[in-house]
This record gives sequence, structure tokens and C-alpha cells, in this order.
Amino acid sequence: MIPELGHFSLILALVLSLVQAVVPMIGANRNRLALMAVGRPAAQGQFLFIAFAFGCLTWAFITSDFSLQLAAVNSHTDTPLIYKITGVWGNHEGSLLLWALSLSLWTVAVTVFSRNLPEPFMARVLGVLGWISAGFLSFTLVTSNPFDRLIPAVAEGRDLNPLLQDPGMIIHPPLLYMGYVGFSVAFAFAIAALLSGRMDAAWARWSRPWTTVAWVFLTAGITVGSGWAYYELGWGGWWFWDPVENASFMPWLLGTALVHSLAVTEKRGAFRSWTILLAISAFSLSLLGTFLVRSGVITSVHAFATDPRRGLFILALLVLVIGISLALFAWRAPKLAGGGSFGLVSRDSTLLGNNVLLAVATGSVLLGTLYPMFLDALGLGKISVGPPYFEAVFVPLMAPVVVLMVIGPFVRWKGDDVKRVARLLAPAIIASLVLGVGIAFAVGHVSVRTVLGLTLAAWVLLGSAKLLATRFAERRGAAVGTTLRGIPAAWWGMWLAHLGIGVFIIGVTMVNSLNERLDVKMHAGDSAHLAGYTFKFVGVVDAPGANYDAARATIEVTRGDVAVATLNPEKRVYVAQQMPMTEASLDIGPFRDIYVNLGDQLEDGAWVVGLFYKPFISWVWLGCLLMAIGGVFAASDRRYRRLAQREAAAVAARQTT
Amino acid sequence: MKAKFLVPLALFLVLAGFLGYGLTLNPREVPSPLVDKPAPEFRLATLAAPETEVGLADMRGQVWLLNVWASWCVSCRQEHPVLMRFARDNVVPLVGLNYKDTRPEALGWLREHGDPYTLSVVDADGRVGIDFGVYGVPETFLIDRAGVVRYKHIGPVTPEAVRDVLLPKIAELSRAS
Repeated sequence: MIPELGHFSLILALVLSLVQAVVPMIGANRNRLALMAVGRPAAQGQFLFIAFAFGCLTWAFITSDFSLQLAAVNSHTDTPLIYKITGVWGNHEGSLLLWALSLSLWTVAVTVFSRNLPEPFMARVLGVLGWISAGFLSFTLVTSNPFDRLIPAVAEGRDLNPLLQDPGMIIHPPLLYMGYVGFSVAFAFAIAALLSGRMDAAWARWSRPWTTVAWVFLTAGITVGSGWAYYELGWGGWWFWDPVENASFMPWLLGTALVHSLAVTEKRGAFRSWTILLAISAFSLSLLGTFLVRSGVITSVHAFATDPRRGLFILALLVLVIGISLALFAWRAPKLAGGGSFGLVSRDSTLLGNNVLLAVATGSVLLGTLYPMFLDALGLGKISVGPPYFEAVFVPLMAPVVVLMVIGPFVRWKGDDVKRVARLLAPAIIASLVLGVGIAFAVGHVSVRTVLGLTLAAWVLLGSAKLLATRFAERRGAAVGTTLRGIPAAWWGMWLAHLGIGVFIIGVTMVNSLNERLDVKMHAGDSAHLAGYTFKFVGVVDAPGANYDAARATIEVTRGDVAVATLNPEKRVYVAQQMPMTEASLDIGPFRDIYVNLGDQLEDGAWVVGLFYKPFISWVWLGCLLMAIGGVFAASDRRYRRLAQREAAAVAARQTT
Repeated sequence: MKAKFLVPLALFLVLAGFLGYGLTLNPREVPSPLVDKPAPEFRLATLAAPETEVGLADMRGQVWLLNVWASWCVSCRQEHPVLMRFARDNVVPLVGLNYKDTRPEALGWLREHGDPYTLSVVDADGRVGIDFGVYGVPETFLIDRAGVVRYKHIGPVTPEAVRDVLLPKIAELSRAS
């Protein structure tokens, strides 16, 4: 009964989404306030119905209702409660419902936090979001109904894929989806701007916090996913250039470009049509990612069960949404052109450079991701493009972005004196070159990539220090507290996010250059040595869990005479799916991780053990975390609220006169 | 001036064309290395009588199907009625490879749903499954008189697959001698 209620509720949500898509749009075109006002309650009601449907599905998983097909295939009575819940989105149908839920959550957030948008503009934004929601809800209902029954019911479920039975599964998909879907708000703002012909500094100011928050979610989601892959897949990699990772990375790259181009549009009124195009493209790439994961055109470790009907449906959705938006762009954007001119050396031009490079980098990732499909379609054979392509193309494109990123904040808007900027930054340039080469020699790994990475990292860190010092120097004489308070949150956001890039580069460079690994055969009592550490294999015991059997090894790590850690890697076999899994064991430290996994047992009773030494790997995620925190600061800037209040007051004044 | 604003749309339409065509292709369709190769040797106890063993040699001289199944396999329920109908028509022997299963559960499953198999052999530890390159259950292999694998069907057998692929291929192999 409960699944049927959920199904019905989802149908009601679809009806409401259509109301939200049509009525406010008509209202905006005919300038009828009563029709425009329908958008808000429709969006909020839709959210309630989708949340209820999601609750019903979760209930079926928690109570192990195996007459529900989805629960029978993705759950098991012995599955721990938390993984029964996460099992809801560990599959195609449930994750689509999560997609729809996060879209309606964003829409409700728009109705709550953007109360002071002009009514016709708000109506159009909600209308666009309504269309997207209607598309996804009908996709769910027509091709991927999560509430399908399995009759007769089975006695026991197949269990959630053991790879997904991990704490990462709890937060990674929700964060990622909030990020992906969050770009729909920037998209809706862009389409509303095209429809209304209104595209000014106020527009950019409305879009900025929404875009930044979506970007923060996406950054956090990708970071968690990467950390999860690192410890769960068991061989210490953290990024694989897998098509589905790329599918989340492309919107991130364009989203980064969008955040910066919005800044220019707000401050200088320039880049208008480019900003609109980026807003459309960032969301389009989110949709494309959804298509790639669900249609089966690309193979990937993440791909869900595939069904050609689904692929066709979502392709049609893709063509409608993106095709119509780009056609609208071609029709309306020429009217938006204009904005202030700027000199070759100006903050505008550094941001333009960064935008172009990020867009090209996105294009290269897209090409690499789709290339196997292009070749297959042209009958040129089946190939796969791996990390070598991406690293060869991506690193040279991103290096200049990092160089420009540091210069940008020192340069004035509109135009600046090249000599002034050069004088300002010359010491940092020289120092970072010296540091880059020097540290590479000091750690004993001199290669182009190491020197480049370390130089760029030093450049970012020195540049950030210099920027902070300059900011303080502007208010010489003031108390430190006053100076700190005087700096807007948006500036801190920029500073932290840029610093995060530097920290990230240190992590990547060090771990790529200096990581060490050793695969050894060990009997109980054997020792092995790696990177100055001694690993003693104490033995293996049985350690069964709720829904798996496991062999757990004990490995004592020492350095000299000092005990460092006792690690317990496991080899698990999940009962329901008879799937073997390795659970790596880590000793995490600020400057290195020690990472151990347990392989197979050999005929003579010895075990294959993988030992890894990963210097500075935490810095990879620390850097990403700093970027996300920077985004939170930027979005929380008081300016958005103050201006919003002032505009609301102005609107109120206009309406009373 | 205006044409440049059409560029994104044009690029997207080209991309959409490729994506649409990509849907008709299957990147997973790695041709099975076993097709047109001799089937792997095996010798396994039958499900009905643990003391009797059956191997590849016993099937020589006839065209037959090997269907990999298990009582824990949800998709096997889906193809089960199709197999029952196929068995009723008595076209060629249908041998079940009971994969990573336990004897009581497998027998119980056949009692409950009906037994379409001429006989089933027990591959409790999945070793023969590995030899056959079983990727997921169910899978079905069509093997000719000389013991050569002629076709591999991945996933549940559908009525269409029987009508349009399996039966024509069986007819062709039975004619050739």
C-alpha cells in the first residue's frame, strides 16, 4: 500500500510541476499577477509530494518490503539500517528520485530566499524550473518507476552492491546531486533573462550566490567521492578520469568559469552573453552527465543498469532542454551584447583568459570522454581513452589558469599599468621559481612535472600571502580587528579558494612524484620495509560482520623503534552477492598516509599484501575543502542581503506610489 | 554578427546526433572470446543425482543449450517461463549450469517454479562458470555438435531472443552436418 501512495504522490508532483511550468509563464507574458503568484505554492506543494514519495520508498527499504522490485534488488534483511537507507539512491530509479527531490528543494529555496525578485522575473524562473522538473518526473514515471512491484515477492533481497556499503555513500550522492542540480537555478535565471530581455548588474547579483552555493555542493561532492574511491577501491588512486567522474568534473570546470564571469558581469556589465552561455552550458553538462551515466553509451564503473528506452527518453529531454535554450540564446543574446571596454592588462582580461582556458579544458575533457563513442559511431573501432590523454591535455591548460589566477586580484578593473603589476609580483615570480626547483632537488625528484607543480604551488601560496599583505597595507594604522572586519566575506572567499588551489597542487605533485608501493607475500611473523617504515605481518583472524564474512589481518607499522600504527586491512565476502571486497586500512597523517590492503591467500598459507606510502595526499582534499569553504564565505557576503533589502524597499516604494 | 550566436546550437546538434547514434551501439558488446571456439571441458555432478557426473563429451553429436542459472538470481525468474515454453517444444536439450548455489535451494527452486532442464549440473564454487567467462547470471550458450560455442546470450532470454535468434541459429546448426 505504501509504495502505491508514493507512486500516486509522485504523479501529483508531476501535475503540480506542469502547473508551475505553464501558469506563471503565461502570467509573466500577459502581466497578470494572479497567474504569476501560482508559481510559489505550486513549487512548494510539489516539493512536499516528492518528499513524501521519497519517504515511502525509504520506508519500503527500511522494512525490507521485497514485494517492491527495487528493494528486492538493492537491499537485504541483514543490511545495516544506514545502508538500507542509502540503498534508496544506490540504483537508477532511486537516484532519479533523489535528483527530482533536490531540484524541488532548490526551487523551494528560490521561492523562500529570493522573495524580492521582480514578480515577472520570479515567475519565469519558476516556470523554467517547473519544465525541468516535469521532464525528470515524467522520465521517472514512464521509464524508471521506483515503485514497481515484484509479484510474487521474493523471500530475500539481493543486497546493495558491497562497494556502495560505505559511509561515503551516505553523503557523496546527495552532495553531488545538490551541486549538479543546483546549476539549474543559474540556468533558470539565464533563461528568464533571455525571455525578459533583462540582463544587468542586478541580474548578475541575483544569480551569483545561487551559482556559488551550487558550486560549493559540487566541490564538496566531488571531493567526498574522490576520498571514497581512494580508500574503498583499495589501490590508493584518487582520480581515475572515469567517464562518470568527468561527468561531474565538466560542470565543475564550467561552474568555476561561470562564478568568475558573473563577477565581471556584476562589476563591469561585460561578458553578458558569455555569462548566459556559461550558465546554459554548465547545466547542460549536468544533464549530459545524467545521460552518459544512464544511457549506456559509455562504459564506466559507475554506470547503472541500462535500458535503451531510457537512453532515448533522456536524449529527447536533453535535445529539448538544451536545444531550446541554445536556440533562445541565438535569438535573444545579440541584444545583450555590450558592456564596458577594457584594456589588455586589466582584471577583466585576466578573468577573460581564465574563462577561455577553463572552457577549453572542459571541451578537452568532453572530447576525451566521448571520443570512444565518436570512434565507435564512425565505425573506427572500440578504444578507451585513459589518464594519459587527460593528463597530457589537462595539465598544460590548467597551468596558465593558475598563473593568471594569482595575477588577477592584483590588477585593477578596466585597465592597469603593466609595469606596476610586474613590479608588484616580480619578487614572488622569482621566489616561486627558486622554491620550485629547490624543493624538487631537496626531495630528490627532479622532473618537469614536479618542478612545474612545486613552482605553481609556491606561486599561489606566495601570491596569496602578498595579496593579504597588500590588503592590510591599504589600511595602515587601523587596528588588526578593524581591518579584518573591513574586509568583505566575498574577498575572504576568493582568497581561501585560491589558497585551496595551491594546497591542492602541493598534494597532487607530492603524491604523484614521491608515492611508493610494494606488493609482498607475507606469512605470519614476516616483515617488509617501505619508505623507512617496517611492516610486521602479525596474522589473520576471522572477523564476520552483519552481512559479510571477513578475514582481518593485523599489521604493525614501526619506524625505527617507534610504533606508528596497527593496521587491520580486511578481505570481505558479502554473503548475498558472494562478492569479494578488500577493505584497505590507513594511518592518516598530515604529511603522509600509510595505506595497506590485503590480497588473496596463496596455496602455502601466505597472503599477498599491498603496502603504500602516500606523501601529502591529505592535502589534495584539504585544498578542495578550502575551495568549498571559500565558496561558503563568498556566498554569505553581506552585500547580497543588503542590496536585496534595498531593492525590496525600492520595489515597495514604487508599488505604493 | 548574429551567426556566431548560432555556433553553440550547431555544435550541440552535432553532439546530439552522435549521442543518438551512440545509443544504437553497445560499448559492452565485447564479442565473447569463446564464440566459435571449443567449449571448455567440464565434468560435474548432476543436480538430481549427485553420484552421476556429466561432461562436455556426453553432449557431443547434438546441438544443445547451456543455461547458467541460480536460485538466488532474480533475473532467472524473468526468463524462467520462456525456458519452460522452450523445453515444452523439445527443440534441443537444455542443460542448466547451477552456478554458485546450494543443492537444497536449487532443488527447491525447481520444485516451486518447474524444471525446464533436460538436466542440471552443479557448479557450486563457480569454477566452470569462470572457464565459460560467465559475467553475470543468467547467461546462455549455444553449442554445436562438435562442442563449439556458436552464440552467447547475456541476461534473461526473452521470447523475442528465442524466436529471432536462438531458433534460427539452432535450425541452421541442425541442418549443417
